[in-house]
Amino acid sequence: MSKTPVTFTHNGAETAVFVDGGANLLDVLRRGVGDLSPKYGCGQGTCGACTVLIDGAPHLACLVLAEAAAGRRIETTAGLQTGPEPHPLQRHFMEGFAAQCGYCTPGMLMAAKALLDASPNPSREQVIEAISGNLCRCTGYEPIVDAILAAAAEMRGRVA
Amino acid sequence: MSSIEFRKDLFADERDDTLSEIGHPRLRQDILGHVTGRTRYYDDHLFDGLLHMRCVRSPHHHARIRHIDTAAAERMEGVVRIVWPTDVPRNLNTLLSLIGFGRDDEALLSPTKVAYRGEPVLAVIAVTERAAREAVAAVRVDWEVLPHVLDVEEAIAPGAPSVNETYPNNTFDYHERYDHQKLRFGDVEAGFAAADHIVEAEYQMSPIEQAPMETCGAIAAPETNDRYVCHTATQALFFSLGTTAKLLEIASSRLHFIGGTVGGGFGGKVDSITEPMAVLGAMLTGRPVKFMWDREEEMQVGAPRGGERWRIKDGVAADGRIIARSFTGFFDAGAYTRLSSYAIVKGTGHLPGPYTIPNVASNVFCVFTNRTPATAMRGFGITGVDFAIECHMDRVAEAVGVDPVELRILNAYRDGDMKPHRRVAKNCALIECCQVAAAKAGIRLSPEMAAASSLTGGGGARAEIPETATDEVGRIGERRQRAMPTAPLEGATAKRRVPAGTQGSSVGAAAPQRADMAMDPRRVGHRVEDGGYQPVPGRARDASRPAAPAAAPPAASAPMPGANAARPGRDPGPPAAPTAAPPAPPAAPSSSSAPRPPEPKPYEPEQPFQKGIKRPGVSRFLSGTRRR
Repeated sequence: MSKTPVTFTHNGAETAVFVDGGANLLDVLRRGVGDLSPKYGCGQGTCGACTVLIDGAPHLACLVLAEAAAGRRIETTAGLQTGPEPHPLQRHFMEGFAAQCGYCTPGMLMAAKALLDASPNPSREQVIEAISGNLCRCTGYEPIVDAILAAAAEMRGRVA
Repeated sequence: MSSIEFRKDLFADERDDTLSEIGHPRLRQDILGHVTGRTRYYDDHLFDGLLHMRCVRSPHHHARIRHIDTAAAERMEGVVRIVWPTDVPRNLNTLLSLIGFGRDDEALLSPTKVAYRGEPVLAVIAVTERAAREAVAAVRVDWEVLPHVLDVEEAIAPGAPSVNETYPNNTFDYHERYDHQKLRFGDVEAGFAAADHIVEAEYQMSPIEQAPMETCGAIAAPETNDRYVCHTATQALFFSLGTTAKLLEIASSRLHFIGGTVGGGFGGKVDSITEPMAVLGAMLTGRPVKFMWDREEEMQVGAPRGGERWRIKDGVAADGRIIARSFTGFFDAGAYTRLSSYAIVKGTGHLPGPYTIPNVASNVFCVFTNRTPATAMRGFGITGVDFAIECHMDRVAEAVGVDPVELRILNAYRDGDMKPHRRVAKNCALIECCQVAAAKAGIRLSPEMAAASSLTGGGGARAEIPETATDEVGRIGERRQRAMPTAPLEGATAKRRVPAGTQGSSVGAAAPQRADMAMDPRRVGHRVEDGGYQPVPGRARDASRPAAPAAAPPAASAPMPGANAARPGRDPGPPAAPTAAPPAPPAAPSSSSAPRPPEPKPYEPEQPFQKGIKRPGVSRFLSGTRRR
């Protein structure tokens, strides 16, 4: 099998990997780059556990050809915390009990970050719409929606 | 925004807690890993040289394997090893064999026959997942498709295909002898006879997939100390370890299992299938091997909560008191036992729901069909029958013309009541829950129901264990002549009557470990009297009955066939019934002076039907009536 070199920005760092033809971005991030935060849930683009940001927009890594990520800016949950303190989204997920088994959490956080980056003051309906592609089987969605809204309010206060 | 309301007034004297934790989120100890993506699930352990294992699965519900051709797959690039059923050292197991319950009935890789769609027959180990998939697709299996059965009652009908070779009758054998799990408390037929209303209905619950976000899987690798490490998604780490040790005939001390971080389970990760596969792969190749179900496999072969069918018949007094309730249940175990046998035992202990009913009977069948094997899921054994019971309560309320909430309060367990599995109810709270819920919903309760309490009105006569109806040879429930004779009664007289004092010993029961565990004949099915069996007056009706079981009351779904002993039940009992002959005292104290009878030998069946003999006519207990 031939390998193709692919370079992209991974959580702010220039990264180069050799990928198999047909490999998807999820496998390349997990096995090639070693970033285990995106999760395999279905491989069919239905569960959202592998959600990553490509140039700021949420994508399902299991459906993205790795070669299509060349030259793009990839963000994952592993890069969400940039300083000594967790990102407000992470802290409100923790404090609001918005995770139980935690398997859907990285995807939820990425979908939420994409929303808050684009619209800092979302309505509850917008939050629900933003995570409508992410399945959770443990906690129910209410604490997750509450946590995203609380994080949005805190982030607006910080900017103002 | 909390909508939690504390009702500390309820059961205030029973609790010393402050409820201070409720309604206040607490940080989970593992939450920081979850929100940073650093929690390591089994698939987050990276190994150099990892191999991937995938299974060749049956596309048929039921088929025999004529031949498997792996030549093309073996030649494919990246294929390391084909794993055959003969590679599994001990290729037959049942999950609960670790606690000695049930017979081994399921192969890790089926060597001869498949009994459900998706059953694995072969595995391929390759250097990439893609190579493994392509090799699996290149394996050619020559199937001889067999007739299949997907419905529980069709599966126990005469002539149904035999799903599971270990249980050729398509039913799990309880206590190695019985094709169903039985519960008897009082006399339901007498209760039905005394009732003002009879309410019957059938309920069906479909199988439900747990669908955890993380699919089932395991990674195993040789360690450097002659052990194998196994990272697994299992919910039952030591179960999986023991099962792996058994199937692979390897000392459990050579298995190093690491788990506990589960990406959602809900009961679907207790079946211990992926771990033996992964460890077997590591043993055969000497390299790290991952065996992971994709989502399609999770949905197709991941064991769901099994389907259940319940028939409930209630005898209800005009005022709404339920005086008799009988169940016939069919549990769809799928092709193999897994945990369904246990779920039925558990569910039977739950009957008849949280209600005090003086006459209860139940026959529940664990049935094998050509469906995906069923296993645990949240509250399994309870959830399905609770659905049926609560639907039925509403139906009863409508039939009797009582408010459904009041019907539940009227019949609810109160502290001190006796449950049909002979345990005293305590810490009951259904009445209070109903009262609070009614208030919230704006339902006005009658003053009597609004004043009811779980703390009062229970016990007393309601805590007496009623005499259980037995047939003319002293058996609980229906007789099973002809097709499948049950054990001959040890020491039975020429008329097959039960002499006194043999209670419990004639069926090979273990000796009681403590004096207070000795069986009290007043509490079990046989009615025994000093000096031999004496028919009780109520039996007179039996004698006038035709011997043919067709006399069983109204055909279709009277679940208690035969209905031999027509002794009146306690609660609704016609007061004229002169059955009050005092129960015989336990044998032990009276035998101090009398010569002790020789200890009867434990019963050993000469030809136990359950060991694989297809019984003619199969079950006669469909719908509770004997088969014609």
